[in-house]
Amino acid sequence: MLAKNEPVSRHVLSVLVDNEPGVLGRVVGLFSGRGYNIESLTVSETEHDKHVSRITIVTSGTPAIIDQIEAQLGRLVPVHTVVDLTNSGPSVERELALIKVAGAGDARAEALRLADAFRARVMDATTESFVFELTGKPDKLDQFISLMLPLGLVEVSRTGVAAISRGPKGM
Amino acid sequence: MGSKAGAQMTGAEMVIRALLDQGVDTIFGYPGGAVLPIYDALFQQNELQHILVRHEQGATHSAEGYARSTGKVGVVLVTSGPGATNAVTGMVDALMDSIPLVVITGQVPTHLIGSDAFQECDTVGITRAATKHNYLVKSVEELPRILHEAFYVARSGRPGPVLVDIPKDIQFAAGAYTGPEDVEHRTYKPRVEGDEAKIREAIELMANAKRPVFYTGGGVINSGTKASEALRELVRLTGFPITSTLMGLGAYPHSDKQWLGMLGMHGTWEANHTMHDCDVMICLGARFDDRVTGRVDAFSPGSKKIHVDIDPSSINKIVRADVPIIGDVGNVILEMTRIWKAEKKKADKDALAKWWQQIDRWRARKSLNYSNSKTVIKPQYAVQRLYELTKGPNTYITTEVGQHQMWAAQYYGFEEPNRWMTSGGLGTMGYGLPAALGVQVAHPDALVCCIAGEASVLMNMQEMSTAAQHRLPVKIFIMNNEYMGMVRQWQQLLHGSRYSQSYSEALPDFVKLAEAYGCYGIRCEDPADLDAKIKEMIEVDAPVLFDCRVEKMENCFPMIPSGKAHNEMILGDAAAAEDIGSVITEEGKMLV
Repeated sequence: MLAKNEPVSRHVLSVLVDNEPGVLGRVVGLFSGRGYNIESLTVSETEHDKHVSRITIVTSGTPAIIDQIEAQLGRLVPVHTVVDLTNSGPSVERELALIKVAGAGDARAEALRLADAFRARVMDATTESFVFELTGKPDKLDQFISLMLPLGLVEVSRTGVAAISRGPKGM
Repeated sequence: MGSKAGAQMTGAEMVIRALLDQGVDTIFGYPGGAVLPIYDALFQQNELQHILVRHEQGATHSAEGYARSTGKVGVVLVTSGPGATNAVTGMVDALMDSIPLVVITGQVPTHLIGSDAFQECDTVGITRAATKHNYLVKSVEELPRILHEAFYVARSGRPGPVLVDIPKDIQFAAGAYTGPEDVEHRTYKPRVEGDEAKIREAIELMANAKRPVFYTGGGVINSGTKASEALRELVRLTGFPITSTLMGLGAYPHSDKQWLGMLGMHGTWEANHTMHDCDVMICLGARFDDRVTGRVDAFSPGSKKIHVDIDPSSINKIVRADVPIIGDVGNVILEMTRIWKAEKKKADKDALAKWWQQIDRWRARKSLNYSNSKTVIKPQYAVQRLYELTKGPNTYITTEVGQHQMWAAQYYGFEEPNRWMTSGGLGTMGYGLPAALGVQVAHPDALVCCIAGEASVLMNMQEMSTAAQHRLPVKIFIMNNEYMGMVRQWQQLLHGSRYSQSYSEALPDFVKLAEAYGCYGIRCEDPADLDAKIKEMIEVDAPVLFDCRVEKMENCFPMIPSGKAHNEMILGDAAAAEDIGSVITEEGKMLV
C-alpha cells in the first residue's frame, strides 16, 4: 500500500493549459473535489498566439499525494504539461504584494524605514497612509507584513506565487 | 442530407451530420424547448435512429448499455435545465466505469445565458465533475470541431462521458461544416504503447514467480475484443491463475480451469486467498477499488505488483506498483506475450504446481455453496437456473444494484466480453433496465436479460414504456425479496437488525404493472415452477417483467467484512448473522 507516514512538504507546480473557458474551474474543482490543498494559485495567458495559459499552484502533501496531483492534473483534457518545479531542479519563485499601512508620527516613519530596508516601493502616499509594493519570496512578504502589523497595517493584496525553473531549458 | 465538409448548414444539421460521420446509428434522447431545432433536423432524415426514453437518466444508462455491449460510443440527446440535470447520474456512472458517451444538451440562447431563463442551468458547471470533458459551444463555426473532438475524447485513452452544451441560437445559425478528418486534438494524446523496458521487467518477475496471479478489470473489456483474446493466450501460455473484478467479467471464460471467479468483497474464497498469498500480481486494467482490496494495509502484503493501466493517475493511487506500465492494456498484453515467447520464458513448473495445489484446497471450500430449499426460491438458485436456461454467445446480462447484482456476478458464468453490463463504480440503482434497452437496440436478435431487484428496478421502471414503444423484448428478471436486500443485509450485520426504511411496504403487482405497460408479466413463487416460467419468459416475444419471489432474508456470501483483509473473509456457513456484527470493528463500520 502507499506509505502513510511520509512527510508533508510544499511543492510548486507549473501547469500549461489551453486557454479555454472553464479550464481554471477544472483545475480548482480537481483540488477541492479530491481534497488537496491550494496554498496559492496564479494564472495568466502566457502565449497569446497559442492560446496557452500558465497556472502556478503551490500545494502541499506527501510524495504520493504530490504524484497523484500531478497525474490527476495531467488527465485533464486541456492540460498540456505539468511540472513539479520543487522536484525538478532549482527554480526561482516570486510573489508581489500591495500593502496598505495607515498611521502618523513615529509609526509612519518606522513603516517607511522598514519599507526601505525591504526594498519595497511606495506606490501611493497620503499624509496618513502608504501603499507599498513588495516583491520577493513568500516568506519575505510574510515577514514584512508581520512587521507592518503594529505600525498600522490596513490590508494586503497578494498575487500568489509565480515560478520558473533556473537555467536555459523551458517546460 | 449527404452534404460533406465545407457545406453550409445549420448548427442543428451539423449535429446530425457529425453523428453520422462518426458512425453513429442510434441515439437515446428526450426532446424539449432548447433542442427543438436538433429534433427538427432529426425528423427530416432517415439514417439516424432515435430511441425515445421516458426520463433522461434512462437515456444515459441506455447509451451506456449500448456502448458497453458494442465497444462503440453511446450518444444521448437531451434538453437544457432538467434534461441536463436528469442526465447527470448516468454521466457520473459512465465516468466511474469508463464508458464512452457523448451527451448533447440544449442550452438557452446565448444572449439569455446567465439570466436565469426558463429551463436554464449551468450545465457545464454542473457536469464538470461528472464528465471526462465538457464544452459550451460559443459559435456555430466551432461546433463541428467540438462535436468531433467530443467523440475523440470520449473513446480515446481511458474512455468516459463527454458533454456538448449547444445554445439554441447556435442550433439555428448557419455555418460551414467540417468533417472528422480535419480534427486533431491540441492537448489530449494519451499514451497507448507500454514502455518496453518495463514490460521486460514485468516478464522477468512473471517468469520467476512462485505464486503468481492475474488480476484483470474493466480496462480489458474497454480495450476491445482483441485484448480479451490476447489475455486468454497469455494466461494459458503462463499457466497462471486468473481472477477479475466485477467490471472485467467475461474477458476470460468462466468455464476455464485457470479461472478463480470474481475477487473482492463478494468474491470467491479461492480468488481472494490467491490474491492475499501471491508473490507476483499482474494487474491488467483494474484500479484497486476498495471493493476489491478490502483493508488496504493488509492487501496482498507479500507480492510484487505489476500494474498496467492507460490512466497514469490510476497507478500508485491506492496501492504502490513495483512495475508500473502506462498504456493500452490490449497492446501491453500482446507485447508481454510476444516477449514471453521470443525469450522462450517458462513459468516455474514446480512452484506453480504447488501453488495450484494450494488453490485447489481453497477451491474445495466451495465458497459459493448455499443451502437450497424445496419450498422457497433461493436467489442463488434463481440465477443458476437463469444461467442454465439462457446461456449462450447471444445472451447479454445487465443488472441493477444490490444483492442480486452480486449473485448475478457469482452464479452467472460469462464466456465472452461485452456480455455483462453492470454499474460497478457508482453503484447506480436504476441502471439495469434502461441499460438492457440499450443493449437490445444494439443487438436486436439477442436475448437480453436484466437481473434486477424489486427496489432498484422501480427507480427507472418508466422505461418499460420505452421497451413497449420500440418493441425491445428485454427480460427483466426481478428477484423480489421485498427488501432493499443489500441495505437490509448491512443493517442486519452492522446495525443490530434494525431494518430502518429498507422494507418496501407497498410494492406494485409487477404482473399487472407489466400488463399496464403493454408488456408481459410472469410471477413465480415455487422452485418447482421456475424452469418452466423462465422458458416462458424466453419464448415470449415481448418485454417481460418476471416477478421471481425469493427468500426474503437471504444474505450475500462470501463476504469480506468492512475493514478486513482478503484472508479474513467469511463464508455463508460460518455466518450466523449475530457473529458477523461482532467481527466488524468500529473502524470498519465507518467504511461504506
